[in-house]
Amino acid sequence: MTTTAYGPATGLPTRSRWAGLRANAGGVYIIWYRDVLRYRRDRARLVSSLGQPLLFLVVFGSGLTASLGAGLTRDLGDVSYVRFLFPGIVAMAVLFTAVFSAISIVWDREFGFLREVLVAPVSRAAVVLGKALGGSTVAMCQGAILLILAPILGVSLNPLLVIKLLGLMFLTAFALTSMGILIAARLQSMEAFQMIMNFLIMPMFFLSGAFFPLRGLPAWMSVVTRLDPVAYGVDPMRRLLLGADLAPGIRIGNHHLGTVEDALILAAFASLMMVLAVWAFESQE
Amino acid sequence: MSSIEVIHLTKRFGPLSAVDDVSFRVEDGEVFGFLGPNGAGKTTTINVLCTLMRPTTGSAKVAGYDVASQRNAVRQCIGLVFQDPSLDDQLTAYENLQFHAHVYNVPGIERAQRIEEVLRVVKLWDRRDAIVRTFSGGMKRRLEIARGILHHPRVLFLDEPTLGLDPQTREHVWEYVLELQRAHEITIFMTTHYMDEAEHCDRIAIIDQGKIVALDTPDALKRMVGVDIVTLRTEDNEQATREIRERYGLEPRKDDTRIRLEVEAGAEFIPRLVGELGVIIKSVDLHRPTLDDVFLKLTGRAIREEEGDPLAWMRLHGRLWGRGRR
Repeated sequence: MTTTAYGPATGLPTRSRWAGLRANAGGVYIIWYRDVLRYRRDRARLVSSLGQPLLFLVVFGSGLTASLGAGLTRDLGDVSYVRFLFPGIVAMAVLFTAVFSAISIVWDREFGFLREVLVAPVSRAAVVLGKALGGSTVAMCQGAILLILAPILGVSLNPLLVIKLLGLMFLTAFALTSMGILIAARLQSMEAFQMIMNFLIMPMFFLSGAFFPLRGLPAWMSVVTRLDPVAYGVDPMRRLLLGADLAPGIRIGNHHLGTVEDALILAAFASLMMVLAVWAFESQE
Repeated sequence: MSSIEVIHLTKRFGPLSAVDDVSFRVEDGEVFGFLGPNGAGKTTTINVLCTLMRPTTGSAKVAGYDVASQRNAVRQCIGLVFQDPSLDDQLTAYENLQFHAHVYNVPGIERAQRIEEVLRVVKLWDRRDAIVRTFSGGMKRRLEIARGILHHPRVLFLDEPTLGLDPQTREHVWEYVLELQRAHEITIFMTTHYMDEAEHCDRIAIIDQGKIVALDTPDALKRMVGVDIVTLRTEDNEQATREIRERYGLEPRKDDTRIRLEVEAGAEFIPRLVGELGVIIKSVDLHRPTLDDVFLKLTGRAIREEEGDPLAWMRLHGRLWGRGRR
């Protein structure tokens, strides 16, 4: 080891603006990389997190088509319910993977690794950003794998469409991971996480329009669905995959939101969550 | 120059003062120990010094930087080996160090070389690609030590570095630590409640209930308790007591079966006593002062007695709570 780098002779670390930025960029990168590495390594998680969306698709799709066939046909035209459900299921995979990735912070807290991160000379913003990017990358991959089913369901894909979908998935995942990080910043136990799952994440999923079109709903419910960030991911994904007839856009007043507007809303939500999450980490020491 | 400078530091958790108006300095290159029972405030002090907690009042500087206002500068200068493991056990040893190198801004061209160096120091180079989950407790601790020095810190904090390790591994860990300290002049700040470990320190602060009750070299601390203690059992304690008082000018203390003598150099005194005393001696026992005795004298309690003390329990509890909220 080079002795010179130790001890007082080293001098004080210079934290110029540029050096600070570089240090934080390194932090963002490695925190992102750790999530990706763990994802690649964990085959069980990969399989199980794909199993659940498939289960929903097959059981709900086929089951509901069989029992509610007539009603569904009226609503969906010639699109089968399974096809209608498909974008919702992709969003589901993104939602759950994103939230689980963020919640792994609670595990890190429990197993001590979070200390290693929090005592490192990187800003809390870098920690939150790295984690959000890591969770989003993993969640996007999970969603992307589900796209393999598209041809089986008779949904045609082209490269441009896939790029747009990946972008949307990433943005949706980024918004939801940021939200998850905000929650995880203050969550002390995995039991508490179960509560969050039941009372926040599941409702967000059910009210997102993944299962049913967000039309003709009771007044209270249509208000709640408009507050659900997942809805702004499901709707544009469905529009891209199945066409504007099935996903005319979430209606605000008399205006139907377009894909770009959906993306902006997701980005705004993500930014808000990021800021709050950084604040939550900074203020808890 | 001082590596660590603590001035009237207090850390409160609600009504409880885990660290209560503590002041001390640690010089460059020193091995400095915090000795005290569980819940005495050792970990809280470390948490404040390594910027995981903010002081309630008072101030502290590490490597010349203020722990409250210059946190990133402090963080860059310190290495930490925590009491509980803090490795990612789903990654390999190498990947854990890679993570550390990045968050501590180790220059890209030096990363691989430094990781190899520290892994060789703790003799884990052969296991670099093994997942940490498969490591034994001792291996994990060694890996954490390697990680703690990877970014060439000026001050290395060791919080109960050998807790839960078997005696042989403890010895090994100490070898590594002291070798590093000698080779690179790192300042080491450690906490322990093992008395024999505290002997490795240049200076020791004995901490109890959030306060420093003594601070000195291990030898000086032991001299506080006084001299060696010789305990005798004889055929006739009355007669022996009288004789010792007259012959040596000592003041023996006598209970039912034994005589206790406080002497300067017990090991030399015993042969004389055996040769010269007119009463038959049945047994002799020599006790040299230990840090245990120092702690007992200063606090009136043995260092491991804290379980029965509700206040100590509350302190411990407060500390755990505090750690959970960090």
